[in-house]
Amino acid sequence: MTAPLLEVDDLRTRFLTPRGPMVAVDGVSLTLAAGETLGIVGESGSGKSVLGRTIMGLITNGPTTTVTGAVRVDGADIHQLTPQGRRALWGTKIAMVFQDPMTSLNPTKRVGTHLSESLRFHRGLSRGAARTRAVELLKLVGIPEPERRAGQYPHELSGGMRQRVVIAMALACDPKLLIADEPTTALDVTVQKQILDLLQSLAERLQMATILISHDLGTVSGRTDRVAVMYAGRVVESGETRDVFAQPRHPYSGALIESIPRLDAASHSLLPAIVGQPPNMLNPPSGCRFAPRCAFAQDRCRTETPALVDDVACHFPLTQALEVHA
Amino acid sequence: MVLVLLIVSLGVFALVALLPGDPAVAILGEGHPASTYDDLRTELGLNDPMLTRYADWLGGALTGDLGRSVVPPRSDVSDRVVSALPVSVEIAVLGLLIALLVAVPLAMWSAYHEDGVLDRMISAGTFAVLSVPGFLAGLLLIMVFVNALDWFPRSEWVRISDGDLLGNLHHAFLPALTVALVELAMFTRVLRSDLIVTLREDYILAARAKGMPPLRILFTDALRPSSFSLVTLLGLSLGRLIGSTVIVEYLFSLPGMGSLVVNAANQGDFPMVQGAVLVIAVIYVLINAGIDLSYGYLDPRTRKAHV
Repeated sequence: MTAPLLEVDDLRTRFLTPRGPMVAVDGVSLTLAAGETLGIVGESGSGKSVLGRTIMGLITNGPTTTVTGAVRVDGADIHQLTPQGRRALWGTKIAMVFQDPMTSLNPTKRVGTHLSESLRFHRGLSRGAARTRAVELLKLVGIPEPERRAGQYPHELSGGMRQRVVIAMALACDPKLLIADEPTTALDVTVQKQILDLLQSLAERLQMATILISHDLGTVSGRTDRVAVMYAGRVVESGETRDVFAQPRHPYSGALIESIPRLDAASHSLLPAIVGQPPNMLNPPSGCRFAPRCAFAQDRCRTETPALVDDVACHFPLTQALEVHA
Repeated sequence: MVLVLLIVSLGVFALVALLPGDPAVAILGEGHPASTYDDLRTELGLNDPMLTRYADWLGGALTGDLGRSVVPPRSDVSDRVVSALPVSVEIAVLGLLIALLVAVPLAMWSAYHEDGVLDRMISAGTFAVLSVPGFLAGLLLIMVFVNALDWFPRSEWVRISDGDLLGNLHHAFLPALTVALVELAMFTRVLRSDLIVTLREDYILAARAKGMPPLRILFTDALRPSSFSLVTLLGLSLGRLIGSTVIVEYLFSLPGMGSLVVNAANQGDFPMVQGAVLVIAVIYVLINAGIDLSYGYLDPRTRKAHV
């Protein structure tokens, strides 16, 4: 077996905040082979976006940030590279799609310029060649009238169109790994599916590995090979997406899956929700971080931190398949 | 804009016309027979109703004739303005150019390394410059560069029209620098704070994630959306500097608009004051109209929707 495209090894991201140190990502390990898709799921504040940006190297060691562990892309550790070395990888080997297409395009720049500038910078294309390629990219992401759109400003496009531009921008220099950080959260529900379908088909067509970060399990199921469930900065469960959905073993994954609204639920029935609040990351609970909200928690859970064994970090993993999804 | 200019002209005219004191007395001095003063007033048109005088003056102004000075040698106001204006415009434009050339890199560095050592030094430095009165800075520059180092000449002015561009710049540099100091301190502070806000935008992060180098991001992504306040300030400064660099003009003995207006006012030379102030006001209005138009370039969202 060849070396994986991406290896994340015991990654920790620690911020010094005015109110004390905060470990946003706490010992995450992942691997991703070329062309594979991985979903990272968790609620707000679980550290999934910070994880994405730390993998990317956008968050790295600095005055108030400490990153330990390793992120190796094709064997090169992103956080050991010089800033120039990282920039050479960004766009060409790893690229990122951000959450809000309304703010991730520069309002004073034409759509085409967003695409052509990295082509000219990384690939050394001429102005004309970069422009032609930019129009091709717009066509690739399904934007009608690409020539006209390339000359327009971002505010003249709808949200869904803008997110397509953001995707095209990430794809401009054929990255091997695409990190999509909540790519559809800011969009209308009808547009969400289109964008996810587009990402999926592009990943298959371009043989590109994808990390899909989302708080929405529905986004991840059926579109990813594997999934990692994050809670309070840690991966609590990972595995084949199909298996995790059919038979979650961590109580948190189980609770998340049960809280997906279902069309066949009795009308006016309460949506199942996870009780309690996500933990305060400045002062996380000891032991298993989910214990205060877990229906199955016992004394041991509150004192002893469970290790990730056999892809699940729980002292008392669930054994039964969820009835609702069986 | 025409309406604005009309109101401005009326204001300028009225302001000077309503000034206390009799121009005839101011011109001839006291102790002449009353008929002499009256003859002069009639000759100057001061006995006509004010609206008639305004209409005459405005009509002349529209054709480029601002009347004649009432002080001997009774020179043509337009000629005097035309000779003084380029001096003021040059000092103002040159000063602002220097200010921009220094302020933009300083602000970028400051914003990019927010709260770094140099950022704090720049902040302290600009604050210090802002709190020094302009004439003091000018005096210091004269002491150092003219008196001590003898790098620059003093008390002369070489016109560009004399064909000696280098000599002109040589004379213009110190006054322009004096003007630039305060402006560059303001520009740096304003641009820095706007840049800091812009640098937190998602599209800056997205540009970084494309592998664009920081300097390029600063110039091509961050500068334009951050320059609204700067451009507004620039327009106001340019208008202000053309009309009121009196202190700098005095320090460097420049024949500019500021000295023209102040001297004329001291001598009770009302046509001169009216003419010069009108020209300054018109330039001010035009500059600010230009600034308004530039917003459309800076942010495409403010342009009118085109079908």
